[in-house]
Amino acid sequence: MPSREEIFEKVRETLVDALGVDDDEVTPEATLIGDLGAESIDFLDIVFRLEKNFDIKIPRGELFPENIASADSGFVVGGKVTDAGIAELRTKMPHANLDKFATDPKVEKISDLFTVDMMCKFLAAKLGV
Amino acid sequence: MRWFWIDRFIEFHSGKSAKAVKNVSLAEEHLHDHYPGFPVMPGSLMIEGMAQTGGILLGESHGFKHVVILAKVPKMIFHSWAQPGDQLIYSCELLDAREEGGTVSARATCGDRLVAEGEIMFAHVDKSQAGPAGANQKNFVFELGLLDVLQVGKAGDGT
Repeated sequence: MPSREEIFEKVRETLVDALGVDDDEVTPEATLIGDLGAESIDFLDIVFRLEKNFDIKIPRGELFPENIASADSGFVVGGKVTDAGIAELRTKMPHANLDKFATDPKVEKISDLFTVDMMCKFLAAKLGV
Repeated sequence: MRWFWIDRFIEFHSGKSAKAVKNVSLAEEHLHDHYPGFPVMPGSLMIEGMAQTGGILLGESHGFKHVVILAKVPKMIFHSWAQPGDQLIYSCELLDAREEGGTVSARATCGDRLVAEGEIMFAHVDKSQAGPAGANQKNFVFELGLLDVLQVGKAGDGT
């Protein structure tokens, strides 16, 4: 079973390969979209690579939930995610730092929830570390 | 011009690997602009040829039940170039084939010379995701007619 450091190193390797970023750009706090420049198709690539590198299966939407705050989800009012929406995010993304997001739940800030640290925590839980 | 960037498959191992040939010809219009006096095959079109080779390899592995689109080129390094008269061989190996898409490693060689090498990732698009007009095969890796090149090793003499 890998240690948390080993998980981080493998995640870093995965992101360097998938996004063409430098090693030192991949920090636990780095956001995938804002800091590392990931685009939608990269999320599929990242999941493929994680499955291979960690020898696990990640069902679609488990690591990167889809359509959580789309216009018809009912969870967005006036450009902000509602309390019910935040509760939904907590359920779907238990490894993301929702507390900070909840203080200013602008819908466009949802992408900041996808961090390297969130991925590492997800994998640690998945691997039972 | 037809959007065929491979001329023929010369090897096809279902679910594993494929090789296709691309003969570079001075009759190709774009070579006269790229570049005047120094015609070289554009790298982007080599990528397209490798994607057609790898895309058919992936599509065939699922019995062509998915629409395969070129999603991403995570890595591609060009080591040299190809000119009219050169015969490029595109070799692809299937690294990953799954319901959502797949990845191939790809190499382009001219004789013993390595021209390009990298990875190409494909995604499967279902009709529901292709917008109101539905999935238009012309946008995708295997346009209907392109499947004809899947006649592996059928040269003029039948070999």
